[in-house]
Amino acid sequence: MSDKKHDVGTTGHEWDGIKEFNNPLPRWWVWTFYATIVWGIGYTIAYPAWPLINGATPGVLGYSTRTEVATEIDRFAEMNAEVKAELAAMDVTEIAGNEAVQNYAIQSGRATFATYCSQCHGRGADGVAEGNGYPNLLDDDWLWGGDIEAITYTVTHGIRNGTDDDARFSEMPAFGDDYLSDEEITNVVAYVRSLSGLESRGDVEAGSVVFADNCTACHGENAQGDREQGAPNLTDAIWLYGGDEASVEHSVRVGPKGAMPNWNARLDEAQIKAVAAYVHQLGGGE
Amino acid sequence: MAILDKHAVLEKNATLLLVFSLLVVTVGGIVEIAPLFYLENTIEDVEGVRPYSPLEMEGRNIYIREGCYVCHSQMIRPMRDEVERYGHYSLAAESQYDHPFQWGSKRTGPDLARVGGRYSDEWHVDHLVNPQSVVPESVMPKYGYLLDRPLDGRYIGDVLRTNRTVGVPYTDEQIELAVADFKSQADPDAMVFEDSDPDGVVERYPGAQVRNFDGQPQVTEMDALIAYMQMLGTLVDFSEFEQTPGDWIR
Repeated sequence: MSDKKHDVGTTGHEWDGIKEFNNPLPRWWVWTFYATIVWGIGYTIAYPAWPLINGATPGVLGYSTRTEVATEIDRFAEMNAEVKAELAAMDVTEIAGNEAVQNYAIQSGRATFATYCSQCHGRGADGVAEGNGYPNLLDDDWLWGGDIEAITYTVTHGIRNGTDDDARFSEMPAFGDDYLSDEEITNVVAYVRSLSGLESRGDVEAGSVVFADNCTACHGENAQGDREQGAPNLTDAIWLYGGDEASVEHSVRVGPKGAMPNWNARLDEAQIKAVAAYVHQLGGGE
Repeated sequence: MAILDKHAVLEKNATLLLVFSLLVVTVGGIVEIAPLFYLENTIEDVEGVRPYSPLEMEGRNIYIREGCYVCHSQMIRPMRDEVERYGHYSLAAESQYDHPFQWGSKRTGPDLARVGGRYSDEWHVDHLVNPQSVVPESVMPKYGYLLDRPLDGRYIGDVLRTNRTVGVPYTDEQIELAVADFKSQADPDAMVFEDSDPDGVVERYPGAQVRNFDGQPQVTEMDALIAYMQMLGTLVDFSEFEQTPGDWIR
């Protein structure tokens, strides 16, 4: 320490002959300190702060994160309120004829799809992988119908969910449970695969008889499916639960029953119509 | 000021310094923590929230054992982007029977506070067995072995009792019937458990979902985990919930 510091005196503390000078704090530091005190008092007046007996002081600004999020959501809802109301009131078949509404429906439908639908149908709506049981929405192979009204119904009420009485429902029997013998199953698998030109180890002729006796009620005489019952077309090259011999056999044995939630429980009418419009224009819409 | 001159005593006596430091910290602690125990708005009373059913509780323990919380939070924050994606922001009451709670903001995977009912049970099985089969870009590990681990729920009564010790209001009846409820919830058709009483489960745990969750006759860890996930965030009916920002703070 230089000599000139001696004139500030010491704090009076002394340890083993070492003394502490009583230098003043830097002015900028002191003023910053005072400013933080003032700011702190102001903050506790403006915002919720002090705990009292039954609650805390609310603050003169009336701030709360709940009001803030509500305001923020309302702000965006208001921007789209007009076109959204128009969409909600509109018949789904008319969406395609109104450019402004259609544009909004497809864009907001895309966002809603990404949030709620992509986990099963895939981000690109391609069903992620063939044979996993989640339908590809890009093609023109529809289980329950591919016009926009059918899509809207499916999105609204879902499929086999047990939570909506109007959900689409059908039940393929588990033919492995005493309905068909192992041989009959092998044969019917051979027949079903032969419709797509695939070779299998079973007897196609015998399989066609088994098919006629057990499967035509839903899949139809010509195996082209029935949308009333969500029975898939078995003559195309699209296999919802896999087309290899083992997968088809498994499907016959257990009777797969895919489910889909009823989105009317989570989405409002306009959102449902928007998703339907988005899916409808992806490529396979009828 | 004479009292200030006395601080030399504290500075020269380590034990005394420790004791007085503790006193100072205690004051801070009391001011910050104590009000949380009596302020009415710390946990607002919300209709519908109930303790976990035995099967859900087991699923929750598996969730914690597998470290799901490392990547998934269960707390939807009150911000527009989160509310739009995940649903209504979480309420404190929704985790009031959680020991420990699963809050957090570190998300490698999505928030799960309202995952209940969002996907089918089959989807959950597919996804847990091989997450990439349904979400190709996912980095989640596979949990297929949960299907192969049967449960008999023999200790679930103890788990409920332990939770009661820390304040979860389980009744004597609920604890007594814990094992039966555990088996009944995942086996309503009495495929394996003959004395299945699914109605009793719903009566004791309103809103409980009763069904075979994993598609296998016996109760497995998969059943428990899916039962837990399918109820997350489903207990409060938000069409009934009134938002009254004036009644509470932050």
